[in-house]
Amino acid sequence: MNHEVPSPKHGYPGRLFVFEGLDGSGKSTQAALLAKWLAAQGYRVFQTEWNSSELVSNTIRRGKKKGLLTPTTFSLLHATDFADRFDRRILPPLRAGYVVVCDRYSFTAFVRDSARGCDPEWVRTIYSFAPPPDVAFYFRVPVRVTLQRKIASRLKINYYEAGMDMGLSDDLHDSYERFQGRLKREYDRIAVQDRMTVIDSTRPVEKIQAELRETVRPVLAGFPTMETLMHDA
Amino acid sequence: MTLNTYGTTLPGLPPGRLNGKLIVVEGADGSGRSTEVALLKEWLEVQGHAVVDTGLRRSTLVSEEIDRAKQGHTLGATTMALLYAADFGDQLENKIVPALSAGSTVLADRYIYTLMARAIVRGASREWARRLYAFAFIPDLVVFLDARPEILLHRAIGKYGSLDYWESGMDLSLSRDLFESFFLYQEKLAAEFEWMSRDYGFHFVDANRRPDQVDAEVRALVEPLYQPGHRRAGLPRLPRRVPPSTPAGPAASG
Repeated sequence: MNHEVPSPKHGYPGRLFVFEGLDGSGKSTQAALLAKWLAAQGYRVFQTEWNSSELVSNTIRRGKKKGLLTPTTFSLLHATDFADRFDRRILPPLRAGYVVVCDRYSFTAFVRDSARGCDPEWVRTIYSFAPPPDVAFYFRVPVRVTLQRKIASRLKINYYEAGMDMGLSDDLHDSYERFQGRLKREYDRIAVQDRMTVIDSTRPVEKIQAELRETVRPVLAGFPTMETLMHDA
Repeated sequence: MTLNTYGTTLPGLPPGRLNGKLIVVEGADGSGRSTEVALLKEWLEVQGHAVVDTGLRRSTLVSEEIDRAKQGHTLGATTMALLYAADFGDQLENKIVPALSAGSTVLADRYIYTLMARAIVRGASREWARRLYAFAFIPDLVVFLDARPEILLHRAIGKYGSLDYWESGMDLSLSRDLFESFFLYQEKLAAEFEWMSRDYGFHFVDANRRPDQVDAEVRALVEPLYQPGHRRAGLPRLPRRVPPSTPAGPAASG
């Protein structure tokens, strides 16, 4: 029997693995490695990430210039973007029975919007169209580690990532540390609330990847690979 | 006295009280809304009140995106609902709030109710739509211009010479016939305004009449707001239970 069994979490035939954490927490590297391994195991894998789309980045740029953006509109614009991505990039493969590996999901919004002062319950309602994933990994790492990684890879810190719109500090680095600290506290809080799988991301890449594979293995028990699907046909 | 929202916070607002009045005129296309808003504005200004009028989809933030989406018909129902909400939020915070804090009267040509009704008939749940717009201010008065579909049809044809694709709900595939779709769509919207009228306290005004008759009745509703000693009603009784409608979340559009 290799019939697709609907996920107990969301009811779709596919499986959804979500990667969450601060920028520089190593989650994207780990997501890519896990997707590669899953494909090598013969699963149909679809990898997607949630970064600013054109719709959001154009609008945000325009709003920033005019000083128009507030936490509420900022939140709604991101929700618009996520809804579009969900419709196009997440739901179709999920319905088609793929293993979907998602770099950032609704949790990113819960954390970011709460840190900006939005009512957490309001944010959750808005994102209620996004079903719970099969596994949500939270890559937990101290803020100063993410900052060191940023500096080491010569990545620029952007205005919103540093929460400069919050007026926490005039200094970009200082503001970044404070705002990312807020995000981390929110992640730590919802990790418990939403029963996320917390990954200590200060460890070596290989160790973490091994742990991820151990975690997803039982979730995929009995889930059909390409080969089993073809034999079935 | 300041204004309350429908239940959630609006973070990042400048401090200070919102002393102006917020008056909303709702009604379908062709119900005589724009005419009434113009008449009311004129009258209020003659009375000595500063008036700022505002409508839907006039903000500069995302109107380009909305226009593009409408042309391409590419965005799903949830995405469109959220895009409209972002646009409304922008107007609320950057146009309505400054006007209210300056003590002006804001005359809104449609408000969250139209946006909610449109989202719901396209598959969003009532609960989701209601909570989505919980950041909006509770108006001092909501006037709903109620006109029969036949009247709406005549006025729409008189104005545009035809029926508008969106105002006829053609994107909903209710019927391939524009006229039939128009009636079916207006019927669906009316059903949503029906429960909203109870929960949000609409004042229905019979709009099957001449503009001056409608205006006289609206003035009678508006006048008491400016009487000395008029107290703004606090939080209205928020609906404890919203009548159920299909899915739990908004439509799984795609």
